[in-house]
Formats: sequence, structure tokens, C-alpha cells
Amino acid sequence: MSMRDIRNLFLAALALGLVALLPLYDTGYILSIATTMAMFTVLATSWALFSGPTHYISLATAAFFGLGTFVTGLGFQTLPMWLLPIIAAGLGAVLAALVGLVTLRLSGVYFVIFTLGLAELVRQVVTWVQNRTGQRGMYVLTTITERDIYWQLIGLAALVFLVGWLIARSRLGFALRIIGNDETVAKHSGIDTAAAKILLFMISGAVAAVVGAIVAPRYIYIEPSTAFAPILSFQVVIMALLGGTGRLWGPLAGVIPFTLLWEFISRNAPNQTLLLLGVAFLLIVYVLPGGFVGLYERLRHRFGSGGQ
Amino acid sequence: MARVVLEVRDVTKRFGGLVAVREMVFDVHHNEVLGIIGPNGSGKSTMINMISGTFAPSSGSIRLNGQEIAGKPAHRIARQGVARTFQLVRLLPELSVVENVMAGAAFGHRKRWGSEAESFARTLLDRVGLGRQINMPVSSLTYINTKRVELARALACEPEVLLLDEWLAGLNPTELETGIDLIKSLRDEGRTIILVEHVMDAIRSLCDRCVVMSSGAKIAEGTPLDVLADAEVIRAYLGADEDA
Repeated sequence: MSMRDIRNLFLAALALGLVALLPLYDTGYILSIATTMAMFTVLATSWALFSGPTHYISLATAAFFGLGTFVTGLGFQTLPMWLLPIIAAGLGAVLAALVGLVTLRLSGVYFVIFTLGLAELVRQVVTWVQNRTGQRGMYVLTTITERDIYWQLIGLAALVFLVGWLIARSRLGFALRIIGNDETVAKHSGIDTAAAKILLFMISGAVAAVVGAIVAPRYIYIEPSTAFAPILSFQVVIMALLGGTGRLWGPLAGVIPFTLLWEFISRNAPNQTLLLLGVAFLLIVYVLPGGFVGLYERLRHRFGSGGQ
Repeated sequence: MARVVLEVRDVTKRFGGLVAVREMVFDVHHNEVLGIIGPNGSGKSTMINMISGTFAPSSGSIRLNGQEIAGKPAHRIARQGVARTFQLVRLLPELSVVENVMAGAAFGHRKRWGSEAESFARTLLDRVGLGRQINMPVSSLTYINTKRVELARALACEPEVLLLDEWLAGLNPTELETGIDLIKSLRDEGRTIILVEHVMDAIRSLCDRCVVMSSGAKIAEGTPLDVLADAEVIRAYLGADEDA
């Protein structure tokens, strides 16, 4: 580990520590927005762990997230609360592995469509089961406060950043970058591309499921149409792309402004949120390819090394 | 005769009704440059693709140092010691030149990682003649330099057999001379190379032996001088001459 790595780790820990103090300052509106930000930070960062280097755009976040909320919804009365995220992680990883095995040969747009369909499929299955058993939604009434959820999410974010940092330095991370550039070269260089992709997709899926399990009490009432809402998948993708997936901190740089903007729009023009989503997407594609990270690198390149 | 490194036996590949490769048989010996030549569409690339594991043969056996590799996935074959370059150069555009070569070192036949892989990559880039351009972005390399980087990547896993799929194609006459010298020097290092090639000068000066394919089958085998004088080979390349 170089001095720079140690410094970065120290700074990251310091930042997380400061962020974790927020509930001491405010437990109302600001905490609520911060919790949303923390949630999307974890989702977008873990999404980018897989989709960033491989360029496989996954729209399955809602499937894993919804799975997690249902784990909590079904288990919070009978199982200890600490066990629920672990179960969610296990189920999320299994679901991701299954999807990975099926979609191994799919690339590009086929993978995107499949993952979008997956969230919808899971939602329909859950709805069907509920209709058969006469259930509708379920209430998740717990003593868990927003503060507890916030802290759990911050802890999870720390874990995801650590894992992402370790992967980026590992042979697995290098393998994924090669896969993202040219899968044929990757195979002929000795990389088990299928195993590498599935492993990362499992990590990404497990994290999204844990997020669902943690934030479920926040929703109080859970039903398939909200838990598996596809818009969540799109939000995650757009935030991650807005920030940029080239760096570990990239998605975070997208989550903060987007959450604030989303909040602003849904308060002032609640019917125009989808419009915002579309416009944001167009802007990213046309104006900010590579997101804020890409912009940062271009500026640094121009002003940093340009004078040498 | 040196030991046999690669043993191809009765390898056939069918794509639906089309037989692309028919019952191919040949050996590659240690420290030998074997040329696979033949007119366009004769099945050379298909043969190379089966050796490197791009796809499996319909039937037959391919052994590397006595171990069956036919039908194994490409990454397994690469780890067992087959490295290749591609007919159309494939570099990793978002990676640096050194990282491109490290890609071959990190997961291949002999694995290297970290600073060891990096210094090895630099040595190889130097070896293939990419000197000061080493820090350039991949996108601004000249054509021959992209080929050099790809060759260095293939060498980085220290393969038992190196497959060069038309590595010399598209080079101008000066570059061609450089390229031929480079491959010659690789052979002098004791490497084993299979060369798919159209450039006759290269075949004459590089290959120890040649296998000539036509319509998916082997029509001749021997030294370049012998096979290029073979009546059937001439017919395959130039077509039957009615007056002859």
C-alpha cells in the first residue's frame, strides 16, 4: 500500500465518520433526504462495480431490492432483525447467479432487456402468489427509526466502498476491465469471463437485496408494485452514469445532485418526475458522456498536464 | 526431430451442411515455425480458431503436450499454453499499452501480477520493438505498433504454442521486413509458432514447414520450397490451367 492509498483510506474513513454524525444534528427532513441519498449511493456504487468495468447495463436492481424488502416484510416478526439482511444477501446472490447463468451468452441490448424483464417477472410472480394466498400487501411495523436505517446504510456504504476498492486492485478487477473492452481478448488471455461476470453480478445483486431489507421498515406498507417498481432500476442507472463509473466515487457524485433535483421536482411538479428522468438521461448521453468523473478527468487533463 | 508440442488428428468442422475443415492431420514440433497456407476460404482461420478454442471441432482430436484440448473453452486452452493474435487486431482501447500486455501476463499460462507483470510487460514491449511509444494511448498507435502490442500480449503468457493469424497482413514493404525479422528472432529464442499467412516472402523465409489447405482439406505438407512447387498447390492458388 502506498502513502497515497493510506491517505485516501484515511480521508474516506473521516468523511464517512462525519456523515454518520448527521442524525445528531437533524432527525427530520434533512435526515430523510440523507437516508435516500445513502440508499442510492449504495445501490449506484454496487451497480457500478459490475456495470462500470463490463459495460453491461443491468436494469435488475429493482428485482434484488424488492426481494430484500420482502425478506424483511415476511421475516421481521419471527426472525431476529440482524439475520434479515444476511438472508437477503444470500437470496440476492442466488438470484443473481441464476440470472448470470442464463444471460451468459447475452450481451449488449439483450442483457439490458433481460434484466428489465427479470424485475417485472419477479414482481408478477410475487403478485400471483399473493393473489393465490389471498394476501395483498403487508405492513412492516417496527420500532426501527430512520436514524437506525441511516446508520445501517452508511455502514453498508463503507463496506461496498471497501469491497470496490479491493476489487479494483485485484486480478478480478483487471479481468473485468479487459472483459469490458473486448470479451474475445479476455477469453483468449485465459480469463474465465463467465465466472468473473457472475461473481461481480452476485456481489452487486446481494448488496441491492440487503439495501431492500434495510429500508423496508421505512416504507411501512409493502406491496409488489412498489417494492419492485422498475423506476428504481432506472434511477440507479442514471445516477451512476451521471456521476460516472470510471471511479469508485463516481456514482456518489451523481447521487447527491440527482437526489436533490428529484426531491425538488417531486415537491413542485410531482407529475413531471418521469420527464426529468428522460431529460436527465438525454443530457448525460449527449453532454456528459463519462459523467462527472469524465468531466473531471478532462478538466484535469487540460489544466493539469497541459502546461507541462 | 524435436518433441511434438501440438498434435492435430482427423479434425473436422462442420457449420450446418458446410464442411469448413475436413480431417486435418498435422504435428507441430518444439521450436518450429509451421505455416498454414492456402487460398481464401480454405479453412485456415477455422483451424486456428479450433486450436485456440474459439469453437470446438465437430470431431477429431487436438493435443497440446499430450493433453486433449479440443472442445475446451478458450480460457482453459489459453491457460494451458496457447496464445494468439487476431486477424483484425484486437487491442483494449481503454487500457494503457502496458496494461494491454499485462492482460496477457496476468491470467495466462505462466501467471504474473503486480509490479512483476508490469516489468515483464515492459520487457516484452521492448522486445517487440515498441520503444518510446510505450506511453502513448492505444488509439494513437500506428498500425504496425498495434500489431506489436498484440504480439507482446500473446508473448506475455509465455505460450507453448503461439498462433499468429495473418500477423504480417497489411504492412507496407519496410514494415514487412521488420515484421519478418521480428518473428524470425522469436523463433531463434526457441518459441513454437503457427503462422497463418498469405505473404509469400514471409512464408519462404520464416516457415520450417508448411501445411497447405484447400477447401478445408490438407493438400500438401513439407518445406515451403517443396509445397510451393507442388502442382496441386499451384492449381489451388491459381486455378486449373486448361492449356497445361
